[in-house]
Amino acid sequence: MAGHSHFSPANVEEHFEFTSEGKKRVIYAFIAGIVALVLGIYLLSKGEAGGHEVANAGHEAVKAGHEAASEHLSGGAVSHQPAAEEHYDWTNRIWANVWLNAVFFTGIAIIGMFFVSLQYLTKSGWSSVMKRVPEAFPKFLYITLPILLLVFFFKGDAIFHWMHHGVTEVGNENYDKIIAGKSGYLNKTFFLVRLVGFFALWIGLWLVLRKKSLEEDLIGGTDLFTQLVRISTAFIVIFGASSSMFAWDWVMSIDTHWFSTMFGWYMFSSWHVTGLAVITLTILLLKDKGYMAYVNENHLHDLGKLMFAFSIFWTYVWFEQFLLIYYANMPEEIIYFLERWEGHNKIYKTSEILMVFLNFFFPFLVLMTRDAKRTRIFLKIAAFFIIVGHYIDFYQMIMPGVLGGHAGYGLVEFGMVTVFASAFIYIISDELTKASLIAKNHPFLPEAVHHDI
Amino acid sequence: MSSTTNYILGVYDDEDEVLHAVSEVKSKGIKIEDVFTPFPIHGLDRAVGHERTRLPIAAFMFGVLGLTCALSLISYTMVFDWPMIIGGKDFFALPNWIPVSFEGTVLFTAFGLVITFCISNNLYPGNQPDLLDLRITDDKFVMAINVDKNKKVSADDIKKALKDSGAIEVNVK
Repeated sequence: MAGHSHFSPANVEEHFEFTSEGKKRVIYAFIAGIVALVLGIYLLSKGEAGGHEVANAGHEAVKAGHEAASEHLSGGAVSHQPAAEEHYDWTNRIWANVWLNAVFFTGIAIIGMFFVSLQYLTKSGWSSVMKRVPEAFPKFLYITLPILLLVFFFKGDAIFHWMHHGVTEVGNENYDKIIAGKSGYLNKTFFLVRLVGFFALWIGLWLVLRKKSLEEDLIGGTDLFTQLVRISTAFIVIFGASSSMFAWDWVMSIDTHWFSTMFGWYMFSSWHVTGLAVITLTILLLKDKGYMAYVNENHLHDLGKLMFAFSIFWTYVWFEQFLLIYYANMPEEIIYFLERWEGHNKIYKTSEILMVFLNFFFPFLVLMTRDAKRTRIFLKIAAFFIIVGHYIDFYQMIMPGVLGGHAGYGLVEFGMVTVFASAFIYIISDELTKASLIAKNHPFLPEAVHHDI
Repeated sequence: MSSTTNYILGVYDDEDEVLHAVSEVKSKGIKIEDVFTPFPIHGLDRAVGHERTRLPIAAFMFGVLGLTCALSLISYTMVFDWPMIIGGKDFFALPNWIPVSFEGTVLFTAFGLVITFCISNNLYPGNQPDLLDLRITDDKFVMAINVDKNKKVSADDIKKALKDSGAIEVNVK
């Protein structure tokens, strides 16, 4: 087009430098997280030892209540006994936090791959200018996979009700008819096969995509683009199935008796909007450092729209799940929300309200106008609070089932999330240095540079 | 557009040309009333200097109105006028109302916006379109300049500027 400055790929190569200053800062944050964590664990061990008797008395009352309920409602269908109530160990809170963060950050990492794949699958042009940022995210799967496996092997029974000793064994005092009925799917071997198998597929496809994408920088042409579209299609198909299964496995199976057919979408929507917020925030921080000059307010506007839209999508799925259960009011389903709303001395109620505020009302009102989506500071604030809000969302999904009344926000939570976040920043920054920040031979790059809305 | 205003019209036959002509004509201190095209041209509204539409504000207002109406209607009928117990819930069962309130919001926003758009563009049944040049519905691009709003530049200068910027003909209407 006449009048536009002509775009020449030769001058766009741009390398992110992870300075020693930056490295130092991330490592300090990591150490601060570790210190907070250790302090938190120390306080936890003290605090729990002191208040044991009171806690025990509470347990008896809860147990009695449960028994009465299960007698009243046929066949023990509602004897929803969170893992925590029976043999609570104060270290469970640490493992619950590890699991929570591992699941949360796995989500962010894999959404990077999902975002890139979706752009290839739809042959979108606008995003090619920034695709190297989400493309680096799945590197963090290397960290979360061993952590998930570690927790599963050593402390799985602290997290999953279905892993308790004897729950599927007829005649055992822990025998649970409902869980035994689910043991065809929820057993250690099959769980492990799914976890490792899907991780292998995710990482494998990411490695191929990354390799082809870097090759494109050297060779160019459209052959590689077609191959990348094919890889992305394969990934989307696999991710469609695996994201749902992981939602059942990693989060829904904590409350083993309870189930929701919407849970897969619900967790995916939470992961997705968090991932979009992290992508946006990373791009904005890179821009602040003077990188990614080709990403202008038009691209940011699109990212803002995605965050806005998927915040509403999350609300839709979350509310839909709630509404159906609330309306039907079936004891075995409603217990999930009762537990979060008025159970355990209402310790989850504030989080639940705060979460809906941060994940719906806040982004909805802040990102509504066009100007807000084109202004960096608004996007930054919205993205930050979306991430915080969805951390709380995951907290609400995992903690009540694992810890029951023993959960809380303390140094352990703060330390653990700092450790994971700084590790994530370190790994992703390191991965970003390995390739040009702009995919200079992407066939749609000129289109992206002239993106104008 | 009333017939008492005087317009000078530059007719162009290429979209790129008209886009460049806009900035050229503007650089001579001439105010452009509007540019008429058979199809949308990317970046033209910004080149002409049109203010952004205020329709989104109207959309928000209609949305709030729709939400208020929906919630008022439901709460009046279900809580105050004839309280009914449905599904064992409270009279004031807000979660039950959310889907309907959402629909009300969307309905008011959609209809309100279409009506606002039609009114602000004089689109109503029986209205005869007041075209400055019939060919803008076919293959020509017309730049309209309001003479009364360009007191500082003489009509002849405007005509010359239009010709210089690539207009294939210049008409007065």
